[in-house]
Amino acid sequence: MLERLIYIALLLIMPPLLLGIINRTKARFAGRTGQPLFQLYYDLAKLMRKGLVLSNTTTWVFIAGPVVTLVTVVLAGLLVPAGPFASPISFTGDLILFAYLFGLARFFTTAAALDTGSAFEGMGSAREVTFACLSEPAMFFALLVLAKVSGTLTLSEMLHGPAGGFPASAVAPLVFIAIGLFVVLLAETCRIPVDDPNTHLELTMIHEVMVLDHSGPLLGVILYAASLKMFVLGAVLLHVIVPIQTGMAWADWALFVIEMGALAVAIGVVESVMARLQMRHVPYLLVAAMLLCGFGFILVVR
Amino acid sequence: MTLGLILAAVVLAATSGLPGVLLRRSSDWGQRIAMWMMVGAAMAGLGGAIGSYGADQTATTAIPWLAAGSPVVGVDALSAFFLFPILLMGGLGAVYGLGYWPQSRHRGNGRKLRLFWGLMVAGLTLLVIARDGMSFLLGWEVMALSAFFLVSTEDYRAQCREAGWVYLIATHVGTLTLFAMFALWRWATGSYALQPAAEGMSMIVKNALFFMALLGFGLKAGMMPLHFWLPSAHANAPSHVSAMLSGIVLKMGIYGLLRMLSLLPSPLPIWGGLILFLGVVSGLLGVVFAIGQHDLKRLLAYHSVENIGIILMGLGLAMLGRCAHRPEWVVLGLAGCLLHVWNHSLFKSLLFLCAGSVVHGAHTREIDRLGGLAKVMPWTAGLFVVGAVAICGLPPLNGFVSELLVYMGSLQGALGGRAGGSGGAGGSAVMLVAPVLAMIGALAVACFVKVIGAVFLGGPRTSAAVNAHESPLSMRMPAMVLAVCCIVIGLAPMAIVPVLDAGIANWAPDLRQSPSSIGDLVPLGTVSTMAIALVVLVVVVGIVLVRRGREAARAGTWDCGYARPTNRMQYSASSFAQMIVVMFNWVLRPRMRMPHVGGLFPPAANMHSHVDDAIMDRVLLPSGRRIEHSFVWFHRFQQGLTQHYVLYILITVIVMLSTLIPFGEFLERLFAP
Repeated sequence: MLERLIYIALLLIMPPLLLGIINRTKARFAGRTGQPLFQLYYDLAKLMRKGLVLSNTTTWVFIAGPVVTLVTVVLAGLLVPAGPFASPISFTGDLILFAYLFGLARFFTTAAALDTGSAFEGMGSAREVTFACLSEPAMFFALLVLAKVSGTLTLSEMLHGPAGGFPASAVAPLVFIAIGLFVVLLAETCRIPVDDPNTHLELTMIHEVMVLDHSGPLLGVILYAASLKMFVLGAVLLHVIVPIQTGMAWADWALFVIEMGALAVAIGVVESVMARLQMRHVPYLLVAAMLLCGFGFILVVR
Repeated sequence: MTLGLILAAVVLAATSGLPGVLLRRSSDWGQRIAMWMMVGAAMAGLGGAIGSYGADQTATTAIPWLAAGSPVVGVDALSAFFLFPILLMGGLGAVYGLGYWPQSRHRGNGRKLRLFWGLMVAGLTLLVIARDGMSFLLGWEVMALSAFFLVSTEDYRAQCREAGWVYLIATHVGTLTLFAMFALWRWATGSYALQPAAEGMSMIVKNALFFMALLGFGLKAGMMPLHFWLPSAHANAPSHVSAMLSGIVLKMGIYGLLRMLSLLPSPLPIWGGLILFLGVVSGLLGVVFAIGQHDLKRLLAYHSVENIGIILMGLGLAMLGRCAHRPEWVVLGLAGCLLHVWNHSLFKSLLFLCAGSVVHGAHTREIDRLGGLAKVMPWTAGLFVVGAVAICGLPPLNGFVSELLVYMGSLQGALGGRAGGSGGAGGSAVMLVAPVLAMIGALAVACFVKVIGAVFLGGPRTSAAVNAHESPLSMRMPAMVLAVCCIVIGLAPMAIVPVLDAGIANWAPDLRQSPSSIGDLVPLGTVSTMAIALVVLVVVVGIVLVRRGREAARAGTWDCGYARPTNRMQYSASSFAQMIVVMFNWVLRPRMRMPHVGGLFPPAANMHSHVDDAIMDRVLLPSGRRIEHSFVWFHRFQQGLTQHYVLYILITVIVMLSTLIPFGEFLERLFAP
């Protein structure tokens, strides 16, 4: 029970910190001091106190976008285990619910963007749904590999691997899907090289452009949900990259937090050393991720 | 008793259009009487279907009616399963017609529409309760022919006539195949009765029966590449007829396939593999072609192809499981197949009824001419969103549950069998369904976001959309009933487990002893808890947020400060779909007319793009034209005089007789005193 409470607390509190770490890393690379680590918390507190400006064209769908996104990401987060601990909710087949919750979020986010009637936001929404057509199969290939290696259909047990750790024969496929999942993580959380979260205009062409017209608490919810999504997908990825456990509960929690921070640093490094891809090249990257996961799958079933 | 109720429903439905035919064209009474008779038929039939679960399901009754070949009928779990959507939609559609196709505004064809609506429901019901080949074919033809008259309701429009003819040709090719199949069935088993055939049927006969069933029923189900008749027929029919055709009539192909496969002994692995492959092709290409459409109803029609694909994936999985002796594949695959039959008939009917409301309110089916309808038609918009979330297979609605079952079935390939071994090669192939289904899901989301965004959200693009109005209660109420069904199955999937279990036990009796209730294989209770939690949390968070964010102002869309936007500048449905259309260029082959815009003062220009059907427009029509050219000489035999044609028939019959009987005997009979 205590484990679950700790995890839920971490899930709800820690995500905005990740963005702080990423921003700090990028600032270091650029030779700047950068924002405070807790900047997003301050932003969220400010946004929650603000009023709400709505466009004349919008309907209830515009409000449903951020709300559904937040709820689905939290529910998806409850299905993912942290470190060696069991996830708060787990059942056979929860991996499908996990993937489809993100689908529901995408449905309402993109519909909310179209609700403003702006061509610019329409473009972002079209790109989001297009790229998802490639990243979803990639994620499923990765989940198939994990299911095959661990022999279960429960996300928690799949990520923890079979008793006694992943077998040596699973190393190559796991490396493949780790790379694939990292690309999916970058694409789904809209980081460079897929999307540039720093600007609002020409450079930011997928996620930020969809939320241009959201303001006040709605924008706050969007920012918070985006960081949560990074946390949740990151937790999945960490199981594949570093399936290490110490056996002591407090050390495992500390390790989990450190690993998560290290992942944020890694994302920051990628963002600092790479340029954003041309929009028409993004599908190639995602297809590569899908192929990697697909090859991983072939390796486990050969 | 239960059979009596269902037969009463057949009679009520079949005669529901008659009073209207006898009454004057200007009278509304015919429509009201027909509506109440259809509602009565639906109530009686649904009562009978529910009652059949308590009764003896193997019992059959012969109806002493020689003219119809003394049909043998009976209701088992599989029949009852298919009866629910038929009768539900039969009743709801009649109510919908009250507002959508009122006699007062459609004097010319309203009576015809209702007559054939009733006949079609009667034919469908007879078809699923038939227990011998002849009455099956009788129901099948009544259904197919009424559907032809319904598709060509507006026969003064060339498009409708053309769609009707294509449909008629396709359906008769299918019927012809079924005639051949039942003839072979009778030859192989000794009777037309639909009883499980004995083991030891020869391999060739078994294969011939299977492939004829696949062709005949596949044409009706609209699986790729036999779907070519479907988009135009479903787009041009009145909307409640489209709902019936897409939601129910297509499923008769699935029903027939299920029935035949349950009767054929020891299936071959290649059958399951083929069905699975066809399912994958239909699912993927169906949704891809849907994305390329700009006619609302044509788009929905292509989505039917996609969903038939998902249903076939479930069936293929079950067939492979039967060969590989993996009961959990059979149970999960078949449960997914059956539940998706229900679900698709619910949400596709719902979507077509909403599309009908849009056509009714805005008088156009062109997605790019609409926009902003959510403000003038809030009910229709809300109901459409429910249908769209359901058809995309997203939680918390019913589409998710059936897709979950198919996913679970395919992922079972990852686990060892009950013997402890791994799934083997078959298991790995089956697992590949999961990524395909994921891609279909993502594409479906893209497609329905496009529709909702372009039709209901944003601002109105043309005056048609500005002047749109909400539809009357008689049109909203049937859609609401369907939406509630979608929500209930999504939030409480455990409720339908007994019905599914009965259907599975009926289809695969050899599995009765082994595990397996769906409830044991998939934790539907937890799924239901999660779905309810999702709904409750969304509502709570939504209310809290709206309360908290005091509304500062209503303003124009900010859009990075662009000062003078117009509604025509919104992202259109075609632009939204463009990236995906380009990605699937290799199969869609869109026709683009792109003007050159250059110079300092370019003249007005317009751009046009269209996605043709892969089979109809690129295979059948060109090859048909070529065949027509090479048969020009044949025109001298085809002068359009009926007498000539009757003469040809007579000559053909005589030639056939003379070849079938020894010639000497033929002459003897011919000239015998």
